[in-house]
Amino acid sequence: MRQYEVTFIVDPVLSGDEIKKTAKTYNDMISKEGGKIVNEDNLGLKQLAYPIKKRSSGIYYCTEFQVETGEMINGMELAFRRDERIMRFLTVHLDKYGVKYNEDKRNGLIGTKKKNDKDEVKPDPSKKPPYKDKKREPRAAAPTAPATTPTPAPAAAAPVVATKTASAPEPTPVANVKSEEE
Amino acid sequence: MATRDEIKFLSNPKIGGQRKKYCRFKKFGIKHIDYKDPDFLLQFINDQGKILPRRITGNSLKYQKKVAIAIKRARHLALLPYVADLLK
Repeated sequence: MRQYEVTFIVDPVLSGDEIKKTAKTYNDMISKEGGKIVNEDNLGLKQLAYPIKKRSSGIYYCTEFQVETGEMINGMELAFRRDERIMRFLTVHLDKYGVKYNEDKRNGLIGTKKKNDKDEVKPDPSKKPPYKDKKREPRAAAPTAPATTPTPAPAAAAPVVATKTASAPEPTPVANVKSEEE
Repeated sequence: MATRDEIKFLSNPKIGGQRKKYCRFKKFGIKHIDYKDPDFLLQFINDQGKILPRRITGNSLKYQKKVAIAIKRARHLALLPYVADLLK
C-alpha cells in the first residue's frame, strides 16, 4: 500500500461553496478509484509567495491517501490540469518516515520546544554556544553566571563598548577582535 | 594597563573557531522534512530566498539533499519564493 500526499491550491475568488465542492470532487475521485483517504486537510487561505495566474492568495488543501498501485495518480493529475479552479498541485509519494511524520503530526506529537524523544521533529534551532571567554568576566560590570554567559550579552556589550570613545585602551582591542569574530 | 591574561587573549589563535558544526537532523533524529512547513525551511535559505550551502548550515549530505528537495517543493507550491528581497 503506497501512501501519497497531494497538495493543491484552489482559486480563492470562487465562492466558499464552490471551493468546498472542488475539494470534495477530488477527494471523492480518490476514494472512487480505490484509494483509502488517511487524512484531509484544509490549510485555508494563504498568501502566495509569488503571484500565480495574477492571484496573490489561494486556498490550500492537502489530502493523504493510500492506494495499492500508483495508476490512478495519472488520472487524478490529468483532472487537476484540466480543472481551471486548481492553480497548482503537487503529488508526493511518502516514504516510511514521511508516513510516520504525518501520523505524529496528526497526534500532536510534533511541535516546538518539546522534550528530546523519538517523536520530536522540531528541536530548538542550534543555538550558538555561549561565548566562553572567562578572562573577560572579571572586567564585566554586570555579574553574570560563569559558564553560561548568554550570547546576546557580550554581543550587546561589544558594540556598546566600541562606540564609547572615552573608554580605556584595554576594552577597544578586545572589542575589535570580537566584532571580527562576529 | 595590560594584564597578563589580556595579552593571552589577543594572541590566542583558536579564537572564533571553537563552534562545533553538526547536522541537526542527525543529532535530533529527524528523519523527514516537511515541505509544507515554510517556517522551518526558512532556516535553510538566505534573505534572498537562496538555499544555503552545506558548509554554512552544517547539514550532512543526505539531509542537505532532502532539505533542498523540500525547499524546491515549497517553492513550487508558493510557500516560499524563488527570488526575494529582505526575506528575513
